[in-house]
Amino acid sequence: MNSMSAIRETDAVSANEVIVKAVGISKRYGDGTEALSDVTIEFRRGELTTLLGPSGCGKTTLLKIIAGLLSASGGEVRVNNKTVYGPGPERAFVFQDFALMPWATVLRNVAFGLELRGTPKAEREDVARRYIKSVGLAGSEHKFPSELSGGMRQRAGLARALTVNADVLLMDEPFSAIDEQMRRKLQEDLLELLREEKKSVIFVTHSIEEAVYLSDQVVLLTRNPGRVVKSIRPGFDRNAGPDAVRRDQRYLDAVDDIWSQLKQYLS
Amino acid sequence: MSADTLSNDSPAPAPSTGKLYYRVGELPPIAWKILSFVLFFGAWEIAGQIPISLAFPPFSAVMVALVKLMASGELFSAYGRTLPPLLIGLAITSIFGVVFGVAMGLSRMSELALFPPMIIMQTAPMAAIIPLITYAYGIGITAKVIAVVILSLPMVTLNSYNGIRHTSDSLLEMTRSFMGTRRQQVTKIMLPHASGMIFAGLRLGISGGFIGIVLAELLITPTGIGDIISYYRSIARYAEMFAAIFSVIAFATLVLTGLQLIERRIFKVLGQGSR
Repeated sequence: MNSMSAIRETDAVSANEVIVKAVGISKRYGDGTEALSDVTIEFRRGELTTLLGPSGCGKTTLLKIIAGLLSASGGEVRVNNKTVYGPGPERAFVFQDFALMPWATVLRNVAFGLELRGTPKAEREDVARRYIKSVGLAGSEHKFPSELSGGMRQRAGLARALTVNADVLLMDEPFSAIDEQMRRKLQEDLLELLREEKKSVIFVTHSIEEAVYLSDQVVLLTRNPGRVVKSIRPGFDRNAGPDAVRRDQRYLDAVDDIWSQLKQYLS
Repeated sequence: MSADTLSNDSPAPAPSTGKLYYRVGELPPIAWKILSFVLFFGAWEIAGQIPISLAFPPFSAVMVALVKLMASGELFSAYGRTLPPLLIGLAITSIFGVVFGVAMGLSRMSELALFPPMIIMQTAPMAAIIPLITYAYGIGITAKVIAVVILSLPMVTLNSYNGIRHTSDSLLEMTRSFMGTRRQQVTKIMLPHASGMIFAGLRLGISGGFIGIVLAELLITPTGIGDIISYYRSIARYAEMFAAIFSVIAFATLVLTGLQLIERRIFKVLGQGSR
């Protein structure tokens, strides 16, 4: 059996299909550690791309550079073919630790991105209510983060990123602090939501299964220094539904293939 | 036994026979507070009745003395003289303490400039320093205000500073990712985040201010409530002396409770966001 048949290597695409491009990104810290070395990745419009790799491979660093939260030591980030130098309205971030204000209700937290932009209260709360509903948090508008489970908190974090109407969602290990069963549910709900919202997503994870299950494209990174090993497109039919996908031979082959690729860089 | 009686939300009270421990757990918080007061004052009463010392009157005698002091108007006119320097001092502390603390949290320069004097004020032996203040500022209201400020300012400043300094990095990063300005970071994240610590500092500061004013009134010139305390001690009427001390504690408690109400109101507003 040839497991390679399950996947296609990424092929070149035309420029306007690419929404975000990281070009020759490197990141060196003050103490000389090289977190990223000459990383070039194209992220296509309307697709979900995961950055996958062991801890220390710089995948979160790369995501934060793309978000404009960290500056790169070399290279540049282009969004819609324009070089960006900081956070922008076309990118919204979903945080690993949810980053919700503990003193604020779900409604205020979700509307916070718009609040920072000066949207009037009534208007931003309308938008927030709509997304609170679409992430499945209806009825929790006036609860505080401490009254929510981890899964529900991340739903609020996702709703906040959706309210600002950015084209690109940057998700930094969004489900890693959430228990296994709830994580699966969140993965399924995320795919469901993306079918309606038409976002381009860059998703950081260290879970191979999560990467393959969610992604149109999986970018494998390795560490010391962080660099791209390979880019894979697990081309299975996602419309078959979550349970069929998790039993799909091509899904399982892609997971195996990625594992055998990554294995040689561990130890 | 039917399934109904097993369900958790059944409002039926616990059976009244025995099981006292079970029902004690259901007492409302106010009952616990009253119980705590009863125990404390009860122990005081017993200790005073034994008596353990001639200078330690029972609680009942102190209460009688308190009523007498109030009826004669002596207590109120004493507070008329004690309150102005206390309130002026606490107002200075509330404003400057918070401003200094926030400034220290936000800028390295003010941190370097303000940290040492705050630590000195906090660790200074006040009883030894207050007479020195009297040399410099005389026995008037200024010296008393300074005593109040020295004892209350560092707590407010250092707490506010710590509250600002320990703002969650991830919330600051979140604000940046949604393109918030530095000003928005300060007003919408850092100040609300620090407000719990700021209020904790204000509570400590108010307590410190009360200690400061009583110390000043005892050590500078006996006036106001300090006068009542030292006068009745000097003529060995300890019930009146303790009544005056008791009134200070009761008054401070009232002020702190008032502050707590303000704090709750502010947190409620924070939860819903402005404009």
